[in-house]
Amino acid sequence: MELKGFIENFKDQLEDNSVSVNEETKFKDLDNWDSLTTMLVIGMVKTDYDKDISATEIADCDTILDLFNHIKA
Amino acid sequence: MNASIKAISYYLPEKIVSNTDLSLEFPEWSVEKITDKIGIEKRHIASEHETSVDLAVNAAVKLFSEYEIEKSSIDYVILCTQSPDYFLPTSACLVHDKIGLSKEAGAIDINQGCSGYVYGLSLAKGLVSSGICNNVLLLTSETYSKYIHKSDKSNRSIFGDAATASLISNTGLLSIGDFVFGSDGSGAEDLIVKNGGARNELSKEANFNPDDYLYMNGSNVFNFTLKSVPSLIKSILNKNKLEKDDIDYFVFHQANSFMLNTMRKVCKIEEDKFHNDMKKTGNTVSSTIPIVLKDTYFSDIENKNQKIALAGFGVGYSWAGCILEKSI
Repeated sequence: MELKGFIENFKDQLEDNSVSVNEETKFKDLDNWDSLTTMLVIGMVKTDYDKDISATEIADCDTILDLFNHIKA
Repeated sequence: MNASIKAISYYLPEKIVSNTDLSLEFPEWSVEKITDKIGIEKRHIASEHETSVDLAVNAAVKLFSEYEIEKSSIDYVILCTQSPDYFLPTSACLVHDKIGLSKEAGAIDINQGCSGYVYGLSLAKGLVSSGICNNVLLLTSETYSKYIHKSDKSNRSIFGDAATASLISNTGLLSIGDFVFGSDGSGAEDLIVKNGGARNELSKEANFNPDDYLYMNGSNVFNFTLKSVPSLIKSILNKNKLEKDDIDYFVFHQANSFMLNTMRKVCKIEEDKFHNDMKKTGNTVSSTIPIVLKDTYFSDIENKNQKIALAGFGVGYSWAGCILEKSI
């Protein structure tokens, strides 16, 4: 599991190519972040990384790097 | 003795709420977003005075006329609903009376949601295969719309009202194989109408109380399905001594398109073997699986495949699955 690929996968869930994200992005501040996007990320983590993550765990992360580290742990 | 699904019909209320209708009420909710993410274009909603019993009666009447079934041949009716007309009596008795079944026929309700059709099939199979009954009428009917607050755009987008009627007999198109069940009441509060039963009264205050209405924690329910459904599928296959490749078609509860697509990937099922379409009806709770079976297996029977895996899961939490095999 590497960070670059994770950020790309994360970006795909936002379904908006105009949004630029990096490891420091505070994803909950993004305009199109909503409860449905949370579910998309839960689905991505399960299908691409075979890990379970709850909405609360996602909400407890601040940046994309935090999320990456949480999943990797 | 074998038990099979011999016939299926369904009834959708006349009133339709489209994504455009919802977008007019909720301007921040785009038509494209609803269609793309949840895969639903419209849902049918019961009118103010139309109840689950009314929908179930319509579905049963349709079944009898479509398949020329003699009402007197039905010796048991099971109605699966979580929106009964009254606390008591049993809604199945009301349906029984309205459709004019024999006074010697049994009638019970079962209270189960998205897993309800599979649970109903298991009970119907038990009655038929044991020789207790010859023809069981299995009804699913739900009007969740009556539990959803008008400002709850998410649940109003997802859920639709509907009823289905299936005839379970010794012979029929789809023979019913072995079942697997599961329950976890620790998830009860993730999909619940909290007030109005014996535990909590409906609020007497004039102010809005969310606990009077349907509440769903979508991401918790989603996580539950991601954890439980892959092992459910494995257990269904083991119980029926089948491999995944033996299954020609997977019919899961049609919750919403995004959730189904994720589950399909997690369960590693090919897209063309997996049903993911609730565009015209939305999530109709216990009716989604029989609606799919009707539209696929009971409309164009010739070209359809042989072994079908069913999986129902959701509110409770509750889950169940079984195999159907085309027997004629």
